[in-house]
Amino acid sequence: MRHTLAVLVENNPGVLARVAGLFRRRGFNIESLTVGETEDPAVSRMTIVVEGDDRVLEQVTKQLRKLIEVLKVQDITKEEHVDRELVLVKVNAEPARRAEIIQIVEIFRAHIVDIGRKTLIVEVTGDEGKVRALVNALEPFGIRELVRTGKVAMLRGTKDIATNSKEAE
Amino acid sequence: MREPFLWVEYRVASKLEYLGECCLVITVGEALIRCLEKEGVELVFGYPGGAILPVYDALYNAKKIKHVLVRHEQGAVHAANGYARATGRVGVCFATSGPGATNLVSGIATAYMDSIPVVLFTGQVPTSQVGTDAFQEVDITGITMPITKHNFLVKEPATVPAVVKKAFYLARSGRPGPVLIDLPRDVSSAVIRFSYPEKVELKGYKPTYRGHPTQIAQAAKLIAKANRPVILAGGGVVSSGATPELVKLAETIAAPVACTLMGLGGFPGDHPFFLGMAGLHGTRYANLAITNADLLIGLGVRFADRVTGSPARFAPHAQIIHVDIDPAEIGKNVKPYLPIVGDVKQVLEALLPQVVKREGGEWLETIAGYKRDFPLTYNREEGFKPQYVIERLSSLTGGESIVVTDVGQHQMWVAQYYCFKYPRTLVTSGGLGCMGYGLPAAIGVKLGRPEKQVLLVSGDGSFQMMMPELGTLVEQGLDVKIFILNNRRLGMVRQLQEFYCDKRYSAVDFGFCPDFAALAGVYGIAGYTVETAAQFDGVVEDALAREGPVLVNCLIDPGENVLPMVLAGRGLDEAVS
Ligand SMILES: Cc1ncc(C[n+]2csc(CCOP(=O)(O)OP(=O)(O)O)c2C)c(N)n1
Ligand SMILES: [Mg+2]
Repeated sequence: MRHTLAVLVENNPGVLARVAGLFRRRGFNIESLTVGETEDPAVSRMTIVVEGDDRVLEQVTKQLRKLIEVLKVQDITKEEHVDRELVLVKVNAEPARRAEIIQIVEIFRAHIVDIGRKTLIVEVTGDEGKVRALVNALEPFGIRELVRTGKVAMLRGTKDIATNSKEAE
Repeated sequence: MREPFLWVEYRVASKLEYLGECCLVITVGEALIRCLEKEGVELVFGYPGGAILPVYDALYNAKKIKHVLVRHEQGAVHAANGYARATGRVGVCFATSGPGATNLVSGIATAYMDSIPVVLFTGQVPTSQVGTDAFQEVDITGITMPITKHNFLVKEPATVPAVVKKAFYLARSGRPGPVLIDLPRDVSSAVIRFSYPEKVELKGYKPTYRGHPTQIAQAAKLIAKANRPVILAGGGVVSSGATPELVKLAETIAAPVACTLMGLGGFPGDHPFFLGMAGLHGTRYANLAITNADLLIGLGVRFADRVTGSPARFAPHAQIIHVDIDPAEIGKNVKPYLPIVGDVKQVLEALLPQVVKREGGEWLETIAGYKRDFPLTYNREEGFKPQYVIERLSSLTGGESIVVTDVGQHQMWVAQYYCFKYPRTLVTSGGLGCMGYGLPAAIGVKLGRPEKQVLLVSGDGSFQMMMPELGTLVEQGLDVKIFILNNRRLGMVRQLQEFYCDKRYSAVDFGFCPDFAALAGVYGIAGYTVETAAQFDGVVEDALAREGPVLVNCLIDPGENVLPMVLAGRGLDEAVS
């Protein structure tokens, strides 16, 4: 099963290498990992999507918590949360077929962010389902390039992933 | 070396000294020495080089710190490890950048696997050159990331005291382990205003020492219900100093106690409840007790593969209570019925008042039956047996010595046949099984516990890995009694080939082996060679009694195997013996 982890880390050089190294060394599979500064510049937040059964996930979270620079690890898969990913897709777009593409883009509430002589770049933000559907719809035109940020996620409502401390086992 | 070293600037700076009580302006190298003094460090093992010059220059004036110049950096970290294990204090190491740092790696991994507190300082090329493949540059923080508890590459000179404070705190608290600080040369020669922080701030590090009260109460209930309890004691018992509590628990609930290799000494070897070592080369009775237990209490253990055999067949009838300070160990290899995260000593202190006295009854009789029917034994009739050597050493020293080992068959014979009565009296590389550990570790042990008799039991293969440290041993005037169980081969590997490779012995026999006794002579150490049990008996008392180091080269029966042995994939109760 796929799990989404929200991980707060100290914003130090090398911390990404520690986290990535841990996954590699212990044979955990990262599907995506995003990282960026939070409201507190001393703290970065990672959203890690990882594949594994409960036992693997227990090890992943415990091993992550063991890293000195990791402040908090929370598996938010089963909690109410919002997740988003931003994807840029460069599609073939001969002038004759552009209208069709623009229509699809509108339906998905995506954006066209670049127009070339023979190409368009489409920007879409959304959850996995939406991104997949749009990519499928654009496929017939010929996708030249695709780049995605990886997932970011946040709990809904007043539940926060706060920086106070690592929760005790 | 390419970059000009700013000697002059740095020399001048070190003369600045006092500008009043609160603002001592000194180089980082000097600050580092003061930090070590504040941490109570008296001994450093190391090897100098260009990138760490400023630190060694500061050491020149240090009055409270003794530096032991080893012969190889791996020797330094093993010595620091031995010192830490024998004394319970933090071992400290210095090495230069590049090759100095990479020579530490096996030693760091050794300390990491056995959770030994060591703080290592490495020199690094100047920050301006980091990342340029400069002369003697290696990314030692990158290399050691998976084998340190934590490491630091310091770029900001002013942060050094705080980093050192953190390093010592991390190394010795929670689950101990090695911590490395990499110091670029411009950082260690920079001038800072020195003050040593009182407190450490590590937001992401809060080890749990006290077990959860509900879980502890539940443990007491499980114990009350159990009919066939067994305790498995690991290195955590030794490092937390939980021996008195463990003895009390065992006696109160009448539970026999098996130890892991790291746990030996954590429970007195002469106690009637002692089962010896469990695991692949464990006693049959320890393994049978675990297999037939209905409650297994794992204290400060990680249920390593050497202990469990096939995990699916491990303690099949038991509810497992697992106490460990590292939450990540719980459920990693073996799924416990009841997990308790905490320091073994503190957990036992909380548990003891809640446990009700149990009578041993039938279970202790069953155990006595295992001991009677499946004793630990060897062929005493023929040949000069390694087990005999260890038995003799055990009885002659009465378990009062500290025994250091290398890695291989001889290590297992020590674990099986030496009666360890006290914690911190067995010093051995458990998790990594790092050949070459013994001699430098023995140096660290003797320097840390000069009042104790220190024995090193090594193998002909292992000894040759770190043999140059004989120089350090002699230079330091250390009275270590060295016994080499010399089978003229890599016995343990040969044994594996006998069982797993159809006796196709590949690269396990040395075509040449030095005469170790003569070699000892070159170093001014008294050397003996013995080929028979009678010869051994003739010299051993003299060897143990005389002043100063000795080396006894024991040409033991080379065909001897370590038995019992649980073959790969088998359960603990299926040992070959
Ligand atoms: C550094 C290192 N290299 C290789 C090994 C693999 N190994 C384990 S035991 C052993 C043989 C050790 O030989 P010796 O020291 O003579 O001990 P013996 O088994 O003969 O008692 C070897 C090669 C190891 N443990 N450590
Ligand atoms: Mg040998």
